[in-house]
Parts: sequence; structure tokens; C-alpha cells
Amino acid sequence: MEAAKVLDAKGLACPMPIVKTKKAINELESGQILEIHATDKGAKNDLAAWAKSTGNELLQSTEEDGVFKFWLKKA
Amino acid sequence: MTFKAMTSKEVTQKVFNKEKLFILDVRNEGDFQDWKIEGENFTYLNVPYFELLDGVEGIIDQIPSDREILVVCAKEGSSVFVADMLSDSGLEVSYLEGGMKAWSEYLEPVKVGDLKNGGEIYQFVRIGKGCLSYMAISNGEAAIIDATRMTDIYVDFAAKMDAQIKHVFDTHLHADHISGGRKTAEQTGASYWLPPKDAEEVTFDYKQLEEGKDVMIGNTKISIQPLYSPGHTIGSTSFVIDDTYLLTGDILFIDSIGRPDLAGKAEDWVADLHETLYNRYKELSDELIVLPAHFMIIDELNDNGSVSEKLGTLYARNHGLNIEDEAEFRRTVTENLPPQPNAYQEIRETNMGKINPDLDKQREMEIGPNRCAVR
Repeated sequence: MEAAKVLDAKGLACPMPIVKTKKAINELESGQILEIHATDKGAKNDLAAWAKSTGNELLQSTEEDGVFKFWLKKA
Repeated sequence: MTFKAMTSKEVTQKVFNKEKLFILDVRNEGDFQDWKIEGENFTYLNVPYFELLDGVEGIIDQIPSDREILVVCAKEGSSVFVADMLSDSGLEVSYLEGGMKAWSEYLEPVKVGDLKNGGEIYQFVRIGKGCLSYMAISNGEAAIIDATRMTDIYVDFAAKMDAQIKHVFDTHLHADHISGGRKTAEQTGASYWLPPKDAEEVTFDYKQLEEGKDVMIGNTKISIQPLYSPGHTIGSTSFVIDDTYLLTGDILFIDSIGRPDLAGKAEDWVADLHETLYNRYKELSDELIVLPAHFMIIDELNDNGSVSEKLGTLYARNHGLNIEDEAEFRRTVTENLPPQPNAYQEIRETNMGKINPDLDKQREMEIGPNRCAVR
């Protein structure tokens, strides 16, 4: 999956991962993909719910060694 | 305007005093619906913080001006973020210090009564999760029943009361919360007692709770009598303390009864549960004061925040003790049960000593209400 941008939100606590995600996605064109790395466990549900409410598409998410990765396609 | 922190202790007082409070819960909808701060005169608005990133203008007119406002989230960060914006809009608001994480871990000690010769018994109300634990104190010695994992609270409380913790009991192998029994015993040198039938797979040493083997605390000998009362688990054991208090564990609550299914054995244990509730307890004095290990709804709290009721009153009022037909009883406690507690299998394994999750993981496992009862 070709990400147009990678956002490092590791070590950040709620609400910052979503705040940063929102800012980063605003800078992308429609259809481009944002890859997000986060360590806050709450980010997982919140990012999915945020994506749903904004119409951006959460393509995939993974978890490895405490790092959550998300791929988000801009609406 | 400024905004300030409100502690779990302050919120607990508002619950006990039935004060008004408006809670703006900024967690996502699923988390809010699953579990929230309950109060008789609390009103709510749930808007996830990520829908407020551009500002709070959209919700300002839904926020009342005639009561205190508390912003709540999972761990605090998002509630501070939202409280800051509300305060910029001219509102006076508070956020919950430590979020729902702190709320889940807060224990409020409430004295439930006196024991012989100056002894006392306290109930520790875990208001966020509905768990109740107990400390009986007599002449400088203390016993703890159904301790939560926040063991410092008991150790500090006992120190404040000049009492040495001698015995730590669990009424059964818990499935809804991580027991602090073993840790408290290790911290204080106390004996840790478990019902052997619930402890067959535990990985540590413990003392076997058995009916007939009474335990004494204090010079004046407050007796703690184990009473075998299976049904929620096969080992479930109640205690009669000082011939006055009946600690029922997860067998009998104020407005509900225990569920028999959390170890996967509802069908096997339903007859035990029936026997305990309809025969064993019935032989006891109606005057005993029932002290359960949980409450499920805020209505079960007495005016001082404690949770207790006379056994005779429960036989008159608790629906679960008044199901005439045994087949209907069986259906009630095996069908249409509420969802099981979060991570209940992992919690049982932790309490057996089979797994040792770190503190963050323990907190996550305990998220949500206790769900140990059937109404």
C-alpha cells in the first residue's frame, strides 16, 4: 500500500493522535493514503469511529510490539 | 473562564448525596453505552471528542446552565482538551481527573457498623465498577474480604486505624475483577484464604477456607465463620462476621442474585445456587445484615453510600429469592443472561496466578461494569 504520507503519533496520548491525523489528512488530496503509527491503545477504536464519522476510509490496521499502524484513505 | 479538575472522590460524594451533575462524556459511543458514571440526578450528553476537534459551538446550546458540568473521557487528555474549549466559550466546567481509568479504581470506605468491644466493619465501595470489599477491625487486628487490586488503599487504611492485617479472604475465584488478596497478603504477611474448590488450578500457596474452621481477629475474638454456599462458583463461601453480618460474595445481592455461568458451568451449578439461596441461607437469622460483593445499579446504595440490607428484607423483596418454581428459577439464571464481564477468562487466569499481566493490561481487562448478577 503506497502511503502519500506517514504520521508518527507514537508516544502521544489521546486526543493528540486524532488531532494530528485530522491535520495530516487535511493536507492530502482525495484518494491519497495516510499511514499512522500510534502507541495509545485508545487510538484504535477512536480512529475507526472518527474515520466512520468523517467518511475517510480505514483500509487496514495492524498491531505489532505495541505499535498500532493504520492506513487511511482520504474521502 | 477557567476550568478545573474534579476528583473521583468528589464525584462519589455527588452520587451519595444525589446531587445534580451534567456529564459531557467525550468517549466514543460504544464505550459510553457500555459503561458510564451513574448517579440518580446525573444527566448526560455523549459526543466523542473527535467530533469536537473544530470547536464546541455545535453543542453549546445542549449544555445546561443550572448545574455543574463535568467533562469525562477515558484517561483525562481529551476531557481537558474539550473543557478548555468550553471554558473559552465562557462556561465554567470541570474535567474528571484521571478519566474513567481513575473512576474505575476509586474506592470509598464507608463504615457499615460496629463489632463487639469497639470493633468496626467497613465497606469499600468501588463506585465505578460496583465492586464491594470489606475490612473488619478488632483490637488492632484486621481482616479483609474480596480485596481489589488497589491494595495500597487497604494497607494505608489499616495503618490509619492502627490495625495489623492478619487475614485476607476471597469468597470465590473472581471473574470480573483482579483480586488484590494475594498481593495484600504478601505486602502485609497476612494469611490468604481461598475456597479450595475454586482454587484447584492456582499456582500459589493459600489457606483452605472450610466451614467449621472459624477465624478470629482481635483480643476480644471477633469470629469470622465460613459458610459453604456454592452456585456462582462451586467453591463460593459466605462469611458470618460477629454473628451479625452475612458477607454473601457473588451469591446474593440487594436487588439481584449471582449468575452461575462465569466458569462455563451454568447447567451444573444452577442446582447449587438454588440450594444455597432457597435452603442454606433460609436457615440463617432474618436479622443478619447482608453485605454483598457487588452492586449492579445505583439504586442499591443506601443514603450513606453503603450497600447492605437485612436478610429477612431480601427474602421479602428480592425477586431472585421469590421464584416459586424451580424450573423457572433455572431458566432465569441460565437464559437471557447479561453479557459476561470484560476479559473474564483472562481475569480468572490472573486470579489463579497463571498469567501476570502488567498494570496497563490489568486496567484494560477490568474496563466496564462487573456484570456478575442476574435480576
